[in-house]
This record gives sequence, C-alpha cells and structure tokens, in this order.
Amino acid sequence: MSPAARPTIDVVVTGLGATTPLGGTFDETWQAVLAGRSGARVLDEDWAAELPVRIAATAAVEPTTVLEASAARSLDRSQQFAVVAAIEAWQDAGAPDVDPERLAVVVSTGIGGVTTLLEQDEVLRTRGARRVSPFTVPRIMPNGPSAAVGLHLGARGGVHSPVSACASGAEAIALALDLIRAGRVDVVVCGGTEAVVAPLPMAAFAAMRALSSRHDDPQAASRPFDKQRDGFVLAEGASVIVVESAEHAAARGRTPYARVAGAGLSSDAHHVAAPDPSGAGAARAVSGAIRDAGLNPRDIVHVNAHATSTPAGDVAEAAALRTALGPAADSVVVTATKSCTGHLLGAAGALEAAFTVAAIRDGVVPAVRNLDDPDDDVALDVVRIEPRRMAVPAAVSNSFGFGGHNVALALTEV
Amino acid sequence: MTEQDILTGLAEIVQEITGIAADRVTPEQSFANDLDIDSLSMVEIATAAEDKFGVSIPDAAIDDLKTVSDAVSYIAKAGVPA
Repeated sequence: MSPAARPTIDVVVTGLGATTPLGGTFDETWQAVLAGRSGARVLDEDWAAELPVRIAATAAVEPTTVLEASAARSLDRSQQFAVVAAIEAWQDAGAPDVDPERLAVVVSTGIGGVTTLLEQDEVLRTRGARRVSPFTVPRIMPNGPSAAVGLHLGARGGVHSPVSACASGAEAIALALDLIRAGRVDVVVCGGTEAVVAPLPMAAFAAMRALSSRHDDPQAASRPFDKQRDGFVLAEGASVIVVESAEHAAARGRTPYARVAGAGLSSDAHHVAAPDPSGAGAARAVSGAIRDAGLNPRDIVHVNAHATSTPAGDVAEAAALRTALGPAADSVVVTATKSCTGHLLGAAGALEAAFTVAAIRDGVVPAVRNLDDPDDDVALDVVRIEPRRMAVPAAVSNSFGFGGHNVALALTEV
Repeated sequence: MTEQDILTGLAEIVQEITGIAADRVTPEQSFANDLDIDSLSMVEIATAAEDKFGVSIPDAAIDDLKTVSDAVSYIAKAGVPA
C-alpha cells in the first residue's frame, strides 16, 4: 500500500538543549546516559522527611546560577529550566537568523508552576493577600514556560503549550512538526519542562503508588523492564530542541542532526491513569508515526521507550510495540533512558526525542541501567550493560501520559 | 530617617527585585522609562517598601510614583519617623 500524499516540507532538528539531573547541558546529559549514570538520590532535605517516598532526581545545575538574577526572579523554576535549555538549543542551532514572525515556540509542561502556587498560598495564609506576588499568575500558568522562552527569543510567530501530562514534551514536538509542515512558520523552538520535586506532588504521586520506594538503593530504583521494578523516580529539568524546515536549514548552511519524520497521536479512553493493558492506544500512536513518516515497521531499528519502570506500564508498552511493529519487533533495539534520568514528566518526551536524535547522529543506543533480570513479558531486544554501536537510520520515541495520551515521534537520519 | 536613607533603602529594593544596580537608582530616574521596570515589578517594589519603611502605599498611589524622587517623597510624607 502506498502511503498517502506526503507533506512536501521536510522538518529537521538543528539544535539540542537540556538541563537535567545528569548535567546542565544536553551533551553532559547524553554522555552520562551513555555511561549509565543515575541522577537519583534519597532527598535529605527537611521537607521530605515525612514523605512515604523520598527518592527523586534533582537538577544537576541550579537554573538560578545560570540565568541573570533579574530574569530568574519573575520565573517559576519550571520556566527557568525551560529558558536555560532553550538558550542552549538556540546557540547549538547557530542562533538562526529568522524573521521573528516565522519563529514559533512550543514548550510544554505536565503540571506547571505548582511550587509557586504552594509557596504563594503559604504567603496568603501567613502574610495576607497584599503580600501575594504579582508574578504568581504568570509563574503558575501552564503556558508560562512557552511564553518565557518566546519572550527571551523574541518569537512572534506564535507561542503554544499542548498539555498531556507525561506526553507533553513529545506532543510539543508533534505540534512543531505540524506548524512547519503547514507552512505557518519556518523555525520552532520546542520541548518540555517540569519542576515538581516538592512535598505535595511527591505525596500525590506516592498516593497513586506510582513511585519506587527503593530507599536503600535509590540509583537502582528506576529499572524499566526489570522484574524487580516497583515504580518511577520523579525527576526535574527541561529539554528543548530547535526544529526548522529543511529548506530553511539548508539556506543558512546548517547540517541537521536528524529529521522529525512523523508523529502519531492517540488516546486510550480506558482509564485516567492506568495504561490499557493491551497497549492498543499506544500501538496506534506508534503505527501512526511510522505511517506519517512514510515508513514501514521494518524500517524502524530503534525505539526509545516511554518505560517509566512501573509494573503495568512497561509491559503494556512492550505489547504495544509488538502490535505496531509486528515481526519487526523481534529485531528492534529498545532503550529506556528513564533508568538514568528518572521521569521528567512533561519534559520526558522532549528529552527522549533529543536522545533519539543523538542516537541517530552518533550511531549509538544507550543501555538500560539496572536491567538485571528482564521481565519475561517484555520479550524485546532491550539494550543492557553496554551501549550498542549501530547505525540508526530510523527510530521511534514513545511518550504516554495520565489521561490516556499516547504520542510517538518518528525520527530519521537526514 | 532622611530622604537619603530612604533613597538608599529604595535602591536596595529595586536592585533585589529587578537586578538593576543600586547606584543607577537616582532621584530623577523614571521607573518605567529610564529603568524599564514594569507594572508588576512596581507592585513588588511598593510591597517591599511598605515592609521596609513601615508605611502604606495603596494601589492608587503606585500609579503616581513616576520617578524615584516621587517614591522617596511619598515614603517620607507617609510617616517615616524622623
């Protein structure tokens, strides 16, 4: 069957940025993932003492040490991370000379400025309404990170923020792909950010029994696809990438790292938090991305799995990959980088897309840390122990979110 | 407290909130036009000044504080003990 008429505008990746528990830049983060390092620790801060789960992966570099104090002061921590990652990506792309009206920003967050909300609620209750910061609303609004990046870069072609929990960062890239294909803009700075390592969010995720409680060995807590997995490790940070039309990149003499070849989006309509055990919705997203890219399942040699290290989610994703890829699932090389980074929620999809771009660029797939005893129900070629050197002509990065959101991105060599 | 003391204290607040060096905060400077301070930051500055100088600066008054000198005079008249 021949694919439907292909969009004529190719979209490429020309810049990568991140600030994560593994490093203050994308390259530091990528090298740490290739080395199999973990960003997780047991929180020894006083505020965490009474929490049922005290494991998290906090940012390696405080954003306030990178940004000017005056710029940082009006921003929520999630917005600070977004601006730091966007500056890196923008510089990595060679600071494109683009008409501001042809430049858009799509930076998403899963949860938004909840720490500002809680802090200002404390101000309200202890010091009164007149002491509540006038920056509270711009700090807590879910579009705040995208707006902050747009302001910083002077983007006048639109600032957007699709929100889909832990699929938000991937959905941001999917929207960027659509914007460029539709001819609305030439360059999009896109990605995700999250900063919710704080008492209430941690207590709330713990109440869902979603977090690993492996306090005696926090760096072994995130173990996607392993038999002993017991939940995810909450992490914070941001990843932002620069995508642009291939024509625009060529005109300014940039060699892209990879193509954003396609996106697939679906929803489970199964349960607000639990994955559909059949993986049917996720499979439709993966198939959609492959079809959108004009590829066949056998073209896909690598998958960066969403795999958060929860008992139900990881096997549902394995089932989805088998459904979507068919016989090609036997040979696809899978990784799960949350084993190193922890789960950056709304930033995760963007960070893992960036890892997938780097895998294509560098010809290497990272190993899954802590995968000591693979789950029999997974039955995929999941990379263990050592990164695997291999050509990666085409890959898929998966992201799923509470609410039943499924987003798959197809990324290929240029 | 002299007007000079108020100016010094106000300049410290402006520096803390906006990052603008305190020595740039001189009486003739306009908050909006010279120092590029937006209306939300002005609310923060007024609130911090209320705490620091023990005065009340109602919202309606903030709009009239165009220059640093306006603010110093307002705070002085609002009852800082001499």
